[in-house]
Amino acid sequence: MKLTLSWLKEYLDTTASLEEISTKLTAIGLEVEGVEDPAVALKGFVVGHVLTAEKHPDADKLQCLIVDTGKEKLKVVCGAPNAKAGMKGVFAPAGSYIPGSDITLKKSLIRGQESNGMMCSERELLLSTEHTGIIELKTDAPTGSSAADALGLNDPVIEINLTPNRGDCAGVYGIARDLAAAGLGKLKALPAAPVAGTFKNPVSITLKDAKACPLFIGRYIRNVKNIPSPGCIPERLKAVSQKPISALVDLTNYFSIGLCRPLHVFDADKLKDNIHVRLSKKGETLAALNDKTYTLDDGMIVICDDSGVIGLGGVMGGVSTAVDENTKNVYIECAYFDPALIAKAGQKLQIDSDARYRFERGIDPAFSPASIEIMTRAILDICGGEASELFTAGAVPDITRTIQYAPEKLKSLGGGSLPEARQKEILTALGFTLSGWTVKTPSWRHDIEGAADIVEEILRIDGYDNIPAIPVIRLPGQMPAALNTLQKRVMTSRHVLAGRGLYETVTWSFMDDAKSDLFGAHMNQNKKALTLVNPISADLAVMRPSILPNLIEAAGKNADRGYPDASLFEVGGVYKSPEHDGQLTVAAGLRTGNTEQRHWSHGARGADALDAKGDALAVLEACGVNTNNLLITRDAPEWYHPGRSGTLRLGPNVLAYFGEIHPGVMILLKRDENAAGFEVFLQSLPVPKKKGTRKELLKPSPLQPVSRDFAFTVDQGVEVEKIVRTVKGIDKVLIAHVEIFDVYAGKGIDPGKKSVAIAVTLQPVEKTLTDEEINALSAKIVDAVQKQTGGTLRG
Amino acid sequence: MMSNLEALKKELVETVKAPNDISALEEVRVTALGKKGKVTGLMQTLGKLGPEERKQMGQALNLLKDEITAEIEARAMLLKKAALAERLQKEKIDVTLSPRPLAQGMIHPISRTMEELAAIFADMGFSVAEGPEIEDDFHNFTALNFPEGHPARQMHDTFYLPDVNGKTGDAAKRLLRTHTSTVQVHVMQTQKPPIRVIIPGRTYRSDYDMTHTPMFHQLEGLMIDKTTHMGHLKGCLIEFCKRFFEVDELPTRFRPSFFPFTEPSAEMDIGCSREGGELKIGTGSSWLEILGCGMVHPNVLKNCGIDPNEYQGFAFGMGIERIAMLKYGIPDLRTFFESDLRWLKHYGFAPLETV
Repeated sequence: MKLTLSWLKEYLDTTASLEEISTKLTAIGLEVEGVEDPAVALKGFVVGHVLTAEKHPDADKLQCLIVDTGKEKLKVVCGAPNAKAGMKGVFAPAGSYIPGSDITLKKSLIRGQESNGMMCSERELLLSTEHTGIIELKTDAPTGSSAADALGLNDPVIEINLTPNRGDCAGVYGIARDLAAAGLGKLKALPAAPVAGTFKNPVSITLKDAKACPLFIGRYIRNVKNIPSPGCIPERLKAVSQKPISALVDLTNYFSIGLCRPLHVFDADKLKDNIHVRLSKKGETLAALNDKTYTLDDGMIVICDDSGVIGLGGVMGGVSTAVDENTKNVYIECAYFDPALIAKAGQKLQIDSDARYRFERGIDPAFSPASIEIMTRAILDICGGEASELFTAGAVPDITRTIQYAPEKLKSLGGGSLPEARQKEILTALGFTLSGWTVKTPSWRHDIEGAADIVEEILRIDGYDNIPAIPVIRLPGQMPAALNTLQKRVMTSRHVLAGRGLYETVTWSFMDDAKSDLFGAHMNQNKKALTLVNPISADLAVMRPSILPNLIEAAGKNADRGYPDASLFEVGGVYKSPEHDGQLTVAAGLRTGNTEQRHWSHGARGADALDAKGDALAVLEACGVNTNNLLITRDAPEWYHPGRSGTLRLGPNVLAYFGEIHPGVMILLKRDENAAGFEVFLQSLPVPKKKGTRKELLKPSPLQPVSRDFAFTVDQGVEVEKIVRTVKGIDKVLIAHVEIFDVYAGKGIDPGKKSVAIAVTLQPVEKTLTDEEINALSAKIVDAVQKQTGGTLRG
Repeated sequence: MMSNLEALKKELVETVKAPNDISALEEVRVTALGKKGKVTGLMQTLGKLGPEERKQMGQALNLLKDEITAEIEARAMLLKKAALAERLQKEKIDVTLSPRPLAQGMIHPISRTMEELAAIFADMGFSVAEGPEIEDDFHNFTALNFPEGHPARQMHDTFYLPDVNGKTGDAAKRLLRTHTSTVQVHVMQTQKPPIRVIIPGRTYRSDYDMTHTPMFHQLEGLMIDKTTHMGHLKGCLIEFCKRFFEVDELPTRFRPSFFPFTEPSAEMDIGCSREGGELKIGTGSSWLEILGCGMVHPNVLKNCGIDPNEYQGFAFGMGIERIAMLKYGIPDLRTFFESDLRWLKHYGFAPLETV
């Protein structure tokens, strides 16, 4: 919402400065987004009176002027051909910045003659491109007064960020009313005395739907001349970005913005008989004033004559009855429309008009009779003519509410403390009527619904700054709030993964359709339900079934920038259904390129499935999962390399997938990096049984552990995990740890076989183990491994 | 005899000085003090002497033994020092070589900021609540007092998903939540006051330009009990801003505003200066809008099954990226989601850095 200062002052009698007004507007909830004051650039420029003008003794095209600046009489050398004694112009004293020439004036000698400033052209002040001569002001402009005033450039434009609840301030008058209530002046009375009609209104109005359009006042004015608008109207419209067209059109815009009262004017000679207002039927069309033709739906408010639809009520008029420069007879429409229907029609047809903006926020219905009189008077004054009697169809709807308010509420809800008398005073100033503390809302305030709104009204006018701040503290004895299990897992995962060298990233929750299919979306029966109806673009359309494709894309972009070794992770949602429980929290990571860089101490090493497994296990362990109990199965989903991937399970629960990304998928994604990733499903992890903070008691053995190494030759296909489990199963007390320290195939080993070397750590419990005991256990280990895996001890 | 001893001492002291390594010195020790050593030899002759002479000679020999032992030890110490010095000289490495690298990743500024927020508000008794990102119309709009067709709804640029089969009205309509205020509704529907929660999370609006991304993060706050009023709202948020921005003297300003789900509503500004193109939070001539807030609208309480005649409280909401940008001087919103390793390294936080 834009307005100019002079426009505001037309309705508000105030001595407040622009700055005071701006500050107050923001303080009462009409946030000033910007103030543009054209006079700022002209500060210091004054009306100069040219007393004498004589030819420069040493230059043909220059004159030497004596200029009266109001304060002193100065010599000025001037090159403008139109400079002459007696004229008044814009004088820029030495020290002024001339925006059009980008120079700062200095006292100087021009061809030997003293010059103390400059008389300016329009181009020099960036007012136009005119530069054939200096500006000639009206001779009655007071010498020495502000040039901005004399040029009519003294009307600052204020832009307000209007919140959608304040329809009443979508007009300059409403803003003036709020400022007056806030003590910044006095609201002026509007010239709304009834204009007596001299003839019977020849056009009758019928309302077919009293809810959609409860009121329509019409007036016929004959013999008008639709001349260009005079006076301040075109300047003010231009200042608020409205193009002046003709008096009749400009006046509707002027009162729409000035009084928040959209009115419509028809060329009465183009009306076919009488007007009726009804709801539209699907398929009806309207050629609208914006040169577009709209096909209507059912239930839009339409203004019709006998030819059909001639206007979309409260949204936009039609071309067929539009006024133009030849309009002789005009018909004024002053109606009230249901805000919800206006909003619906506007949204459906995507028409953003000034009328819709105001009607859908709610205008003051009670102001309608006055507004048509103001409009009539303005048309008669500017365009001449003769007004008919009014034709009123329907009645002014009552949108006011009666609210029971208690003045204590200001303290108990608002934290403010104003005496009852002051509260009453504020409400009265805002137009509320009080009977005791039964409060009736003004007819222009659609937004006041209850006591909380009344509290806000009082607080905002008094100022939110006056509410004392009271600290919020934990109650005595209350602990700082703690995170729940899932929140802790999310946070722990982040820190663990970052600690392992992965960088956390945050990527979009939606992705390209084809890409989502590569990661399981096509198998999800909910895929359609997870596809946005109105995506920003096709590559941001399907809710992600996995985080991995985003990480692959991110790593690819880094590779393309020259950083091929990316280790990235994200902890966030993946989406299985559009229901409230359809979102899973996943910690996913991806390592591409080298995961260990070439270094003087060791060579480079590319990321592989076991790096991803390590990442997944680290997350699980940090989240309290006993990873010794996990089962690894070879059934990771199809986006993983079938031979280089696994699923980490606990009983029937899938806790995580890990592995190299399927090379076929990488090809389809147009990437050729090696990539290994993992997905940990944080909600699937077992809930830790432990309650409280106590850890299990440590019982360190006084006896030293003993370590024995074994190397077995087994078939290539034997999974080492089987050997480890077999060995661990032999004596769960004594065998504390089994670690694989070598896997070898090649020279010395039969083809199809591999050697697996393990270190078994024995932790004696009660007494030191004898050699016989150790040997017996070793024999058991060898036997068991042979039995379970067919492996033989290497000699 | 005694003069012989003097000569022997002189001779032995000389021999101790000769060796240049520990093993040669050991030989000297054996020659002098070993079982067949010169001093030991003389000791063995003592028995043949008379008592008086034996006593004198014994004392002299013991003294000699001690003196020589001390000489040898001194020499040994010297030789060890020299040997160590030589070893140290040999063991010299190029300390300008880079150490073996230990991989180090970073935490994203959004996560870091969320952790900071959780810590600050935990101190004021707020726990963290979360909720689904795919929502129905009821939780995103209706329950929060957005009337159907109201202009405030249109300001939200909502992403929609297809309506869910088998449901009607605002329960059928699916969308991506436009604010985390939705979780207010979930919390109030399932918890009894007093309630103190903050709600961080992903939010979505269909807007993509210099200053908007289709996905962003919000922090919502909710405090409901029987007595909390706007004074507490101000106190809570002033304290939060001071602690978050780590500025003791922070001017703040509350302006009336409008949100459908709060009444009265306010926007909060904090002071800042913009000298030389650099934004500095604290005392200055400018204001910076930081968050929206207000007292929870009675209709919202009612919609969530809480009696507005008994309970009241405040809610607030802010953009997490925005406050992170302000606090850490990150200039461009869009870069948060670009996964550029250079950016992640530069603006990220080490996982062990304490909040």
